Amino acid sequence: MTDEQELDLDSLSDAELVEQMHDDLYDGMADEVVAGTRILLGRGWGPDRVLAEALVEGMRIVGVDFRDGILFVPEVLLSANSMKAGMGVLRPLLAETGARPIGKVVLGTVKGDIHDIGKNLVGMMLEGAGFEVVDLGVNTDVDRFLAALEEHKPDILGMSALLTTTMPYMKVVIQALKDRGIRDDYTVLVGGAPLNEEFGLAVGADAYCRDAAVAAETARAFIDKRRAAQA
Amino acid sequence: MAGSDRRASTLVIGCGALGRELVELVARDGLEHVEVRCLPASLHNRPERIPAAVEGLVVAARGRYGRIFVAYGDCGTGGALDRVLARHGIERLPGAHCYQAYAGVAAFDRMAEEEPGTFYLTDFLVRNFDRLVITGLGIDRHPELLPQYFAGYRRVVYLSQRDDPALLEAAERAAERLGLAFEHRPTGLGELETSIARLAQAPAAAEAA
Repeated sequence: MTDEQELDLDSLSDAELVEQMHDDLYDGMADEVVAGTRILLGRGWGPDRVLAEALVEGMRIVGVDFRDGILFVPEVLLSANSMKAGMGVLRPLLAETGARPIGKVVLGTVKGDIHDIGKNLVGMMLEGAGFEVVDLGVNTDVDRFLAALEEHKPDILGMSALLTTTMPYMKVVIQALKDRGIRDDYTVLVGGAPLNEEFGLAVGADAYCRDAAVAAETARAFIDKRRAAQA
Repeated sequence: MAGSDRRASTLVIGCGALGRELVELVARDGLEHVEVRCLPASLHNRPERIPAAVEGLVVAARGRYGRIFVAYGDCGTGGALDRVLARHGIERLPGAHCYQAYAGVAAFDRMAEEEPGTFYLTDFLVRNFDRLVITGLGIDRHPELLPQYFAGYRRVVYLSQRDDPALLEAAERAAERLGLAFEHRPTGLGELETSIARLAQAPAAAEAA
């Protein structure tokens, strides 16, 4: 916020404070986001509610303005860092509640590609949506993806690429799943700046996700669908 | 341009990052029939907007040029630029981006394979490093973001177009600023030169677009 007078977060009502936290996230003000998080917890809010209503919703707004060209990468990174700071407060509390994750995701940037800003955002939004995230990092080859699927047995495999030259590798990984007869064991989501829906379908993914918020929503939708089918 | 001369009707639609080199090539080779028009290099921050921007110029040029060539690579459009160009029957530079065009596709692929964490510089990027990289990525205002942007990078490779000691020195400084190892590989103008030379030799095609 650009107000010259320092705002007393404690003086705000819950609704005002949540709105203020959305603004602070938008402006990349990590200390204020942490302070707001603590105040809401102090007022009896559960960590899951603070996460969903204050942090995830604030980041969703950031994502929309990034997509619309109002915000750029530096601003989004600062916002993400603020959300990360808030999540740092919430994570141990969420663990204490013993709530089971709604699903598990193995995530990685594909071989030949070392870009991870988008992937990290996706990981954060997935975690915010209640998923357990296993992040394999960057430059991930098919063997590492397969080993991680075997070890962690996730519901979802997420692959990211920033380069036109590396995005075809997603097809290599999906083909390896098919060759082993395990493609249908996982929902495969793909994303990255040069990708589009058509590419996602062409490589055999279940869905292309245009940004981190959409990735979290899509992952949730696939989990719900899968659980409904199992019920 | 001489409207009666069919050769006087070639339009090169280029990326602003190649603008200086395109204009120099056209002037050097005396290609009076070639007109260069560039889109802002900053479109690379929003590659999804490149195809529409290029197509806008193609459509505006319809009927006024015998031939159009596009001096872009795929440039992060994920094939979308190619689909636009295919609709209009227009060629572009080979490769994924100007690094490949300058270095050659095979040589670039070898570099990327030997070290995926390579940050490439061209003459344009060296000249505009502070504006596009340091200011553009917000590192001047938030130096704490630098490690987040460059955590995966190991080296800078400067693909130089001209032999310019001042640019070489600036490229070394840029690598130092990013905390990365530095390598210099002179490439000259590579495919950019070849493509423009082809425009000089080939007669203007029938109406493009």
